[in-house]
Amino acid sequence: MAQAEWHQKSGDDPAAARAHRWTLKALSTAGTIALTFFGLLLVTFLIARVVPIDPVLAVVGDRATEEVYEQARQDMGLDRPVPVQFAIYVRDVLQGDLGTSTLTARPVAEDIARVFPATLELATIGTLIGVLLGVPLGVWAAARQGSAVDQLIRFVGLVGYSVPIFWLGLVGLLLFYVQLDWVSGPGRVDIFYDGVVPPVTGALLLDSLIAGNTEVFWNAVSHIILPATLLGYFSLAYISRMTRSFMLTELSRDYITTARVKGLSERQVIWGHAFANIRVPLITVIALSYAGLLEGSVLTETVFVWPGLGSYITNALFAADMNAVLGGTLVVGMVFVGLNLLSDVLYQYLDPRARQ
Amino acid sequence: MSLPSRCWIAVIGILLTVFVVSLPASAKTPKDTLVMASQFDDIVSLDPAEVFEFSGAEYTAQVYDRLVAFDLDDISIILPSVAESWTVSEDGKTFTFKIRQDITFHSGNPLTARDVAFSLQRVVKLGKTPAFILTQFGLTPENVEELVQAVDDEMLTFTTDQAYAPSFILYCLTANVASVVDSQLVQSKAVNGDYGHGWLRTNSAGSGPFKLNAWRPNDALIYDRYDGYWKGEPGFTRVFVRHIAETSTQKLLLEKGDIDVARDLTADQLAALADHKKIDLVSRPRGEIMYLSLNVEREPFSSVEGRQALKYLVDYEGIASTLLNGQVRVHQAFLPVGFLGASQETPFALNVDKAKELLAAAGLEEGYKTTLDVRNLPELLKIAEAIQASFAQVGIEVEILPGTGRQVLTRYRAQKHDMHLGQWGPDYQDPHTNAQTFAANPDPSEASTLRTLAWRNKWDAAELTPQTTAAVLERDPATRAGMYMEIQRAHQQSSPFIIMFQRVAVIAHRKNVSGLIWGPSFDTYFYWQGTKSK
Repeated sequence: MAQAEWHQKSGDDPAAARAHRWTLKALSTAGTIALTFFGLLLVTFLIARVVPIDPVLAVVGDRATEEVYEQARQDMGLDRPVPVQFAIYVRDVLQGDLGTSTLTARPVAEDIARVFPATLELATIGTLIGVLLGVPLGVWAAARQGSAVDQLIRFVGLVGYSVPIFWLGLVGLLLFYVQLDWVSGPGRVDIFYDGVVPPVTGALLLDSLIAGNTEVFWNAVSHIILPATLLGYFSLAYISRMTRSFMLTELSRDYITTARVKGLSERQVIWGHAFANIRVPLITVIALSYAGLLEGSVLTETVFVWPGLGSYITNALFAADMNAVLGGTLVVGMVFVGLNLLSDVLYQYLDPRARQ
Repeated sequence: MSLPSRCWIAVIGILLTVFVVSLPASAKTPKDTLVMASQFDDIVSLDPAEVFEFSGAEYTAQVYDRLVAFDLDDISIILPSVAESWTVSEDGKTFTFKIRQDITFHSGNPLTARDVAFSLQRVVKLGKTPAFILTQFGLTPENVEELVQAVDDEMLTFTTDQAYAPSFILYCLTANVASVVDSQLVQSKAVNGDYGHGWLRTNSAGSGPFKLNAWRPNDALIYDRYDGYWKGEPGFTRVFVRHIAETSTQKLLLEKGDIDVARDLTADQLAALADHKKIDLVSRPRGEIMYLSLNVEREPFSSVEGRQALKYLVDYEGIASTLLNGQVRVHQAFLPVGFLGASQETPFALNVDKAKELLAAAGLEEGYKTTLDVRNLPELLKIAEAIQASFAQVGIEVEILPGTGRQVLTRYRAQKHDMHLGQWGPDYQDPHTNAQTFAANPDPSEASTLRTLAWRNKWDAAELTPQTTAAVLERDPATRAGMYMEIQRAHQQSSPFIIMFQRVAVIAHRKNVSGLIWGPSFDTYFYWQGTKSK
């Protein structure tokens, strides 16, 4: 039914019109998501096929006889035409089956359920640190533009942008773990606490609280604090710079001058007026930063022996474990799509114009 | 910002500092627990019928018993293990093993000859990569039940298609493919006739000193002590092996005492720990050899002189002593030291003049351009660069092509390389394992089903192939050793393999840990006799 015609018929019923608008929007969003995922899978699948690595070797190893090799190749479906392989993969994914990882011999979904909470835990704390410190610092720097405070905050941001994360990680370990002994070393928990807490959510901090095991909880906190602070610092560098930039634009507008002329306090001008208007673009910045951390930071995960999504996908890629690569890519795609949707919802909450 | 805000920041700062400082300091490893850092990302399966990677072999050594073993101090001596004794029939084809009756599996089931028969039969029937170690004796899925039989709970017969050297058969039965699995448990987990393979890939069913507690690929491998182990009580209640890819992280953890053993430290890191008060370094020769191979289909490598010239262009001593300090020893024959008949002769050294003579004889005095495939590991790249520099002295321009392990392997198996820098570890403890792959190529055609390293380099090994076959059938050990010695000498001169080094494993451990056994191969690394003082 054409939209105009439908409006005519339901013109007297604003609730129905609103429902219709929402339905259309939901359908459009669902279509975009489906297309995004299809494109993501297709591109990853095709890249996997042109990479000069033989995936059968990951299964049978270097020493396999030709019979064993050929059998494995057939078992993996690699003797079929590429479009057929792709069609079969998409069909399985639609049924919730991401296949079996050749590297770990387990279902990819099970692997991701194991590694993703580790990344989620780290990225969430990192983002919290980044937001809680980065936003006020950005606002502060903008409010004191050109002052020593502004210069210092900009310098801190610049360092966060330009120093390699693995270097900072190693230096952080040497200082806070080896020299000062303030925090625990690499890993999510001291190795001999491994397996002490039964996994419920996969996030060790939560699981240890659920199990009521404070010893493991504090040990996990002492392990996560350094990598999370490091990721938080990088997040802070990005968020504070963007916040400062948004605030400077906002503070130069006429309504801010008016507010000041009206005699409002500087706090009201900055937080009540200027900051209120940068919340929407700031949400996009924070969501992007969070999504970036949720992809898994391979270098941080390597230095801190953090068994997360980034290392999982990287290992899989080097081993030509295509089911794992595709599964991981899907999850990363879902993270981006999910955070975008969340941003949309928050926009509508914060900006009345978006609700129109 | 107003003063109160600054106060708040100061308060928050102080609280954060107090919080961080008051966090529990990292606890040191408990006395009854062994904590080890190791790169075990090569494990793809825990089923001994499929395990064929270094770390997987080490896992089976902790969890399973094998039919026979060899003496780690003198590997020419075969020792009883699950089989307490054996006899060989007059025609040399049938071995009869007497199985110990005092062994129980972790499940509590007794270990009998029927378990041994089932274990060997399922390896052949499953036909996974290591199955060739048994099928090379003529065993097939169709005949294996007839040729490998449990006469009763105590006696097992093992029959081969030819009268091979007895040492050859026994050495093969020391490999982890001959690990004994709990047949009742494994059969109860079978699905669609898979002999329990799907289950055993991620679980254990052994009788060894440790039970598998958990395996998380690329993350952790946790063992629990098996109190009923027949050789005695293991020294550790629990063993944690953590996959730590970054070697500098392994070093940090070891120095802090958060791990007891670090397995993968580099030469530089080991040198830095040499005088550490609380850390010991243990060096053990490993079975792997490092070699440079030449694709003889490429013009410069087609003549014996052209190949020999390159053997005089490697600075063996320089690389071993400076680049890979302590982690390799110069070794130029395909059998590693410790194997029956292994040659320790080193006929080649860097000699540019000799190389030039040989190149002139081969008509290659003008030099040429070629490529070298190498895995992008720091130590291999160092060797590749050293080779590139020394080859340049005679006008040979080498382009190094680094790649991931699988990339390089894919090209090697497809015979697409010019030169390949590789490593090779023996599949089992008998000399035939390396002799067959380096010195035999029964079918050089594209259709070959036995694609040895000689095949990959398109070398027909016409003279050495029959000698290799004869050596594996020779029943007198001394004569057999002499035959391998001759094959290695001929191989050194004519083959397209420039064998350079034998690897040395250097294990770094805290001084309070003792008793861990590091044998000549990964499946002879044992933790159960290890202990830890305070």
